[in-house]
Amino acid sequence: MAVLPMKKITICAMKRERKAILEKLQALGMVEIETGSQETDDFKKMNTNAQRAKYEKRVQNTDEALEILDRYVPEKTSLFSSLEGRREVDEDDIRHIIDNRLEYNRKVKKILEMNKDIASCEAGIVKCQIAIEGLAPWMNMDIPINTTDTEKTEVLIGTMPPGHTETSVELLIQEKDPELKAFTVNVIGSDKDQTCMVVIALKTISGEVEEILRSHGFTKISYFSRRTPADKAEKYREDIREFEQWIEDKKNALTELAEDRGKLKELADYYRIRSDKYQVLGSLLQSKSTFVISGYVLARDADKVVQILNDEFSVMTDISDVPDDETAPVQLQNPKMFASAEGVLESFGLPGKGEMDPTTPMAIFYIFLFGLMLSDAAYGLIIFLACFILIKKFPKMDSALQKSLRLFMYCGISTLVWGILFGGFFGDLITVVSRTFFHHEVTFEPVWFAPLDNPMKLLLYSLLFGLIHLFGGLALKGYMCLKKKDVKAFICDVLSWFMLITGLVLMLMPTELFASIAQMQFNFPDWLKNTSYGLAIAGAAIIVLMSGRDHRNPVLRLALGLYDIYNLTGWLSDLLSYSRLLALGLATGVIAQVINQMGSMAGDGVFGAIVFILVFIVGHLFNLAINMLGAYVHTCRLQYVEFFGKFYEGGGNPFKPFRENTKYVDIVNGTEAQK
Amino acid sequence: MTMGTVLALVGAALAVILAGMGSAYGVGVAGQAAAGVVSEDPSKFAKVLIIQLLPGTQGIYGLLVGFIALSNIGILSGTPKELTVAQGLMMLAACLPIAVVGLVSAMHQGKTAVAAVGIVVKKPDQFGKAMLFPAMVETYAILALLVSILAVNGIKL
Repeated sequence: MAVLPMKKITICAMKRERKAILEKLQALGMVEIETGSQETDDFKKMNTNAQRAKYEKRVQNTDEALEILDRYVPEKTSLFSSLEGRREVDEDDIRHIIDNRLEYNRKVKKILEMNKDIASCEAGIVKCQIAIEGLAPWMNMDIPINTTDTEKTEVLIGTMPPGHTETSVELLIQEKDPELKAFTVNVIGSDKDQTCMVVIALKTISGEVEEILRSHGFTKISYFSRRTPADKAEKYREDIREFEQWIEDKKNALTELAEDRGKLKELADYYRIRSDKYQVLGSLLQSKSTFVISGYVLARDADKVVQILNDEFSVMTDISDVPDDETAPVQLQNPKMFASAEGVLESFGLPGKGEMDPTTPMAIFYIFLFGLMLSDAAYGLIIFLACFILIKKFPKMDSALQKSLRLFMYCGISTLVWGILFGGFFGDLITVVSRTFFHHEVTFEPVWFAPLDNPMKLLLYSLLFGLIHLFGGLALKGYMCLKKKDVKAFICDVLSWFMLITGLVLMLMPTELFASIAQMQFNFPDWLKNTSYGLAIAGAAIIVLMSGRDHRNPVLRLALGLYDIYNLTGWLSDLLSYSRLLALGLATGVIAQVINQMGSMAGDGVFGAIVFILVFIVGHLFNLAINMLGAYVHTCRLQYVEFFGKFYEGGGNPFKPFRENTKYVDIVNGTEAQK
Repeated sequence: MTMGTVLALVGAALAVILAGMGSAYGVGVAGQAAAGVVSEDPSKFAKVLIIQLLPGTQGIYGLLVGFIALSNIGILSGTPKELTVAQGLMMLAACLPIAVVGLVSAMHQGKTAVAAVGIVVKKPDQFGKAMLFPAMVETYAILALLVSILAVNGIKL
């Protein structure tokens, strides 16, 4: 339960060794390098943009080639492949890739070119298909498309607006000039846009005929071919088959290239690492013959890093405490069980400067409250088993995901326990099934009590758990005050509130109001009553007098103190917020009951059983999903708003050491791989 | 069937209708925003889906209260109780908090969820905080639910 101590590290070495040193640091992955240093007259930054761009371009190309392979030669992957984690690759294999990188670059290039070829073939196919469609109305024409004349006649092939027939065209011509007779009109075909026709006329009158037709929207055919339309279409179909054959060939070639997919992934990651290196190199301060790296390192790793660097290079290293005006990055360390909740903390914010790591207490409350909200033994068991199996089956999955699954596994256990306490097993499944199908009612008796029978009792307990949660937050604030040796703040901001709230609660308990809600009568002895008054008054007095202690003006100070007392309403609303524990707990149980009731409506017998099983599976899956979401969101809320509101601000930056940031594979060195 | 039973049934119906309407609106607008995100970046599907579902709980709370009310007046078991008008009005009043607050809070929660989807797009690592804003709105639905449950459960018939 701690933020690991951080040290500042400064490394100074000869410029000629800079790449080797950076590569070593990258392989170690223990140092976060500061990149924001200012240039001075002697120390300048080097411009590495060109090299970086070169490597980034290669990363991009290789990634694209891999995408193309995935598109045409998909890898067989299971549903859970994303959980399997990255493949481990030995350092020696990577070295082999680096030595042969030119060959693999060629393969990448080949893949990219093939993709382009396939795309242009596909475009060609589309073009042919459009042409075939355009020829469709001409199919009945049995002369070549580019026929223009015979010995005595001229042949006009073309289209006119839709709706024309042979007689209507002849009429058009004769209306204009009744003398024209030596021509014939053949309508070949028509669609909604055009009428396709062949007009043959004696050469003597063909000019005039064409002129008349033109004035009515005649245009000559736009295809040029010495084939008939049917032959032409067949030619296009042949082209399509050819294109398809080409694509098929390219795909086969890609399948062959896909055998190197694993190698290409390693290559992409190698370029990625190099690109990162140049980015860092560009941010380092360099003089004529030396360079300086400054950054952060975990205190426990500091000696090891210095040792390794000194063994291999001639360097000057300096380890010092992080200066007060700098904020060190944050790395958390918790016992395995509580580390599972680190993700929840990270979504709110890592501990800021001088703050403690609240993961462990938060994890305990998280698991407790989550179970209370879901509170169904069967749901708990399902969640636990699902998470447990996934964790066992995929040990190499992403660590953040593994932490979340582990957290939900514990939450599942907690849900199971609360379910047994409250008597929930798929709601009232056992009762309903035994009554409907066996006609003999058996109930799963709650170990503690059934919330639906006595909601007031659970409400009261919810508020009690809430008070404990809030007091826990306040206690942590006190702990932080004491750790900073700020006793004044501890008494004025923490102890005073403990006194005031405890006093008020003790004053409330013996009253009639409380008795009517809780159906419990408390009769406190007089000394306890007096103590409660004393505590409340003393607490309030300290708050009024001391919370404005930074101000000298007595009036302002008192006013601020009185304003701080107003925070009591904040405490009240925080406390009432815990009533969601009851509401969400009831929601799970009641919806489960609705589902069971719906399922049992078909009666008993085989048909009833089938209906029941269907309703059961769909309904309870839905209920589990929606209530898990609710429990997750509202447990987070209780932690972030109510609990953290008492003591925690967050705002720290995560520790991001300079390391081999890969996408596809994990690089391990030979000895580790053998383990 | 007495007038009182009818009034109680109206209450149960209102709880389901109004709260359900609110949730339908809320999940609807949040879903539009979420669909826009997924069209650009399908990897954010899980995150935006969670945010889309947040305004959906009011409808479930309404169902919850409606169900308890129906079960209390005996509709579910097939033998409706004979309620007096006063008893019926009490049931109706008990259902109103989750009905009205459910409607209004789900609509507002939906709009907040749309804004939260915006956070997920621009700062995916701030998902925890993005989820918190819609969850704040829900507090009031939960308070209303609580009063409705306690009242419906507490009315002796």
